[in-house]
Amino acid sequence: MPNVVEVEGLEAYYRTPAGDDIKAVDGVSLAVREGEVLGIAGESGCGKTTLAQVLGLTVQKPLYVRSGKVLLEGRNALALDRETMRREVRGKTISTVPQGAMNSLNPTLRVRNLVIDVMRDHNPRIRRREAVERARERLDLLGLPPRVLEAYPHQLSGGMKQRVITVVSTLLDPVLLIVDEPTSALDVTSQKVAIKLLVDLLAKRIIRSIVFITHELPLLRHVADRIAIMYAGRLVEVGAMEDIVFRPQHPYAEGLVGSVLVPEPGMKERTVTGIPGRPPDMRRPPAGCRFAPRCPKRFDLCDRDPRPFGIDGREVWCWLHRDQPNAERP
Amino acid sequence: MSDGPILAVEGLTRVFGSGRHANLAVDRVDLAIRPGEVVALIGESGSGKTTVARMLLGLLPPTEGTVRYRGVDLDTLRRREGMRSYWRNVQAVFQDPFGSLNAFYSVRRCMLNAFKLFPRRPPRAERIARVREALDIVGLDVDDMLTKHPHQLSGGQRQRVMIARALVVQPGVLIADEPTSMIDASSRAAILNILLDLRTRLGLTVMFITHDIGMAYYTSDRLFIMHLGRIVEEGPADDIIRDPQHEYTKRLLADVPTLSREWIL
Amino acid sequence: MELLRILLRSNRFMAGFWIVTAVLAFALLGPTLLTDVGPFQRVGGLFNPPSRDALLGTDNFGRDVFTQLMYGTRTSLYIGLVAGFVATFIGVTIGTLAGYASGVIEEALMGVTNVLITIPPIVVLILLSVAVDARTATTMGIIIGVTAWPWTARAVRAQTSSLRTREHVAIARISGVGSLEMMLVEILPYMFSYIFMAFILQLTGGILAEATLSMLGLGPFQTVSLGTLLHWSLLWESVRVGAWWAFIPATVFLSITTFSLILMNAGMDEIFNPTLRHTR
Repeated sequence: MPNVVEVEGLEAYYRTPAGDDIKAVDGVSLAVREGEVLGIAGESGCGKTTLAQVLGLTVQKPLYVRSGKVLLEGRNALALDRETMRREVRGKTISTVPQGAMNSLNPTLRVRNLVIDVMRDHNPRIRRREAVERARERLDLLGLPPRVLEAYPHQLSGGMKQRVITVVSTLLDPVLLIVDEPTSALDVTSQKVAIKLLVDLLAKRIIRSIVFITHELPLLRHVADRIAIMYAGRLVEVGAMEDIVFRPQHPYAEGLVGSVLVPEPGMKERTVTGIPGRPPDMRRPPAGCRFAPRCPKRFDLCDRDPRPFGIDGREVWCWLHRDQPNAERP
Repeated sequence: MSDGPILAVEGLTRVFGSGRHANLAVDRVDLAIRPGEVVALIGESGSGKTTVARMLLGLLPPTEGTVRYRGVDLDTLRRREGMRSYWRNVQAVFQDPFGSLNAFYSVRRCMLNAFKLFPRRPPRAERIARVREALDIVGLDVDDMLTKHPHQLSGGQRQRVMIARALVVQPGVLIADEPTSMIDASSRAAILNILLDLRTRLGLTVMFITHDIGMAYYTSDRLFIMHLGRIVEEGPADDIIRDPQHEYTKRLLADVPTLSREWIL
Repeated sequence: MELLRILLRSNRFMAGFWIVTAVLAFALLGPTLLTDVGPFQRVGGLFNPPSRDALLGTDNFGRDVFTQLMYGTRTSLYIGLVAGFVATFIGVTIGTLAGYASGVIEEALMGVTNVLITIPPIVVLILLSVAVDARTATTMGIIIGVTAWPWTARAVRAQTSSLRTREHVAIARISGVGSLEMMLVEILPYMFSYIFMAFILQLTGGILAEATLSMLGLGPFQTVSLGTLLHWSLLWESVRVGAWWAFIPATVFLSITTFSLILMNAGMDEIFNPTLRHTR
């Protein structure tokens, strides 16, 4: 399968007001394949939201990209000028629904004005009626009531707001949609409906791929094709959903899967232990494997930066698997 | 006496606002918790579960209904001994570990604060000893922790401090209102295990208030399912998870993604 | 400490801070370092233009304007400080009580506050100034402060009612903390930065109120302030006779002082309300 976007050697840091660098994403290379839902999971502060911002080309100070590329059809999107990025790439090739987007809608604008704004941003000559008509068709196609166009944000439920934003973000048929914690503020029922919409968008080939950022592995279990686990700004394991959720190899991925609490029989009898300790200070992350200080399986090799080892198509950045061949990087 | 409920509410009702804008947040809720039990009150946002928690803690007066501690009405208790005696027995941990510690206090000062509940405070040496013991119970490094300020702690550590703070007065009941919803999954289990351990070691009664059914199932003996201000189903956790009766409970369970069960979109 | 470090990197705050410091130094050290005449000492005739003897000329009484400016700035800052302290103290007390108490007490306190806000402060100021006989700089500061607190009270009440619903306040309650301690320990410290900013604004307002009152002839007796300087220069028609040195320096000092205080305030606002921080 071809890749729709590739990230190469990405280092994205936050500059604090006090002048330090927080190494939020620190050397990440990753490809999003056509037709897939790629889940990115990890604890808060692991860099997954930062990765989403760089991937979605929405980098804003104090975040800056120190090095690395985001390759779109062979060209580095990070090197494009602002105007090209805004007109041709953002929203059209890559679109993002950022974390908490449903709570940052302008309360004084009807949804239709939001639609017009988004369409005009890319095609200043489009007529208002045309833009709204397009949105109406799209809502209809996805089984949402077109009357939401006339509503103000506060008139919509949280779940509906989230869905409306998703539809508006995909009006220009982007190749890749990035969603960051799209359901963490929603009740389980609204969560399910919001996720069904994402799956629909993919099934109807309105979008080609999704990057789904979340801290909830049970969600990824049902929507993701592949999962990338991040820890302290780096990838620790990337592989097929079944492999990561049911047979994790990296001790951190194992710990994360082992921390899941879900209402299914058998859960109660198990003792869930979680992962002791806390993530490192990202101003001065530890040398070598960053998980080593918390790792129950650490040994003397762990003070060196791990290479990605390949285990049946997945990559694991852990010295425990050093007898495996080096992974083929995208 | 030991057979009766340690904490019970009857016909608990709370209306916010009045007239046309009146909002019935909690509608005739009955529940009873036995000593040493771990239960969970489960509800989604707007179900009224947090309002119940606030009334249980005496932080919000009910519009109607009663809260009883060991069979004694909270109003009677308040008149006879004051709320401080109630709070010596019923303590709480809240959702936001960043917002529930006074940012200007050291951990020691925050924890010593709880001794205000005693009409005659124990001598300082004993107070410090009890603070240290409580910190030790929740698995924190005592010497390191006492002088720390909240901003030096992680979310998980803060929540442990909050649990330790509640334990200092050696209460019989702990109300945990979403104690882990703002904490990473990896530290969540440790916090929950501490609370479960307290039941075994100290016979503490714990009531979780949560929207997280997975967490509630893992920790609790009995579940109360709350929807639109009312309790729609209650029973042993296993029964409810395996065989829910109420339509709402069924829908809720079907909508929660799990690892093994298919999730029909 | 972290905040202090950030504050020291804020250009606005630092610019304001250095100007205020310079003004303060001029007012406090000037009389000993920069001049050897007294504020009421005659050094020349009516409206002598600037010269080597009197850097900024003389006023209508033949007194050195440069010297008067130092003493005037000193008095104005002093009155501003007194007014700022009085207004902030009353405002914070009433605002915190109202915000924490809720119910009848809140309504009563805010009722009084709102009524006072609707009365134009200048009217009350003039009435009070006329009514009070002993018009020293201190009484003037107090009078200004007593009329200026309602805005602070309203702002502090709003802050308090939102702080009151925080979890650490609930925790303090179930720890047996009483109401007074709750306000002093659980709520006030969270408003320090906010109160300090309100104080700076009240200080600025106090300096301007002094100038207004003094220009109307209601200023302090037996002393020089920026306002009384302007008062006399106007009374002796310095504008018409073109004696710009009699009124421009005082006006400039008034503007610089208030402007730099407001600049400091804006700098702090940026730090304490992160949403206002510059993103690029």
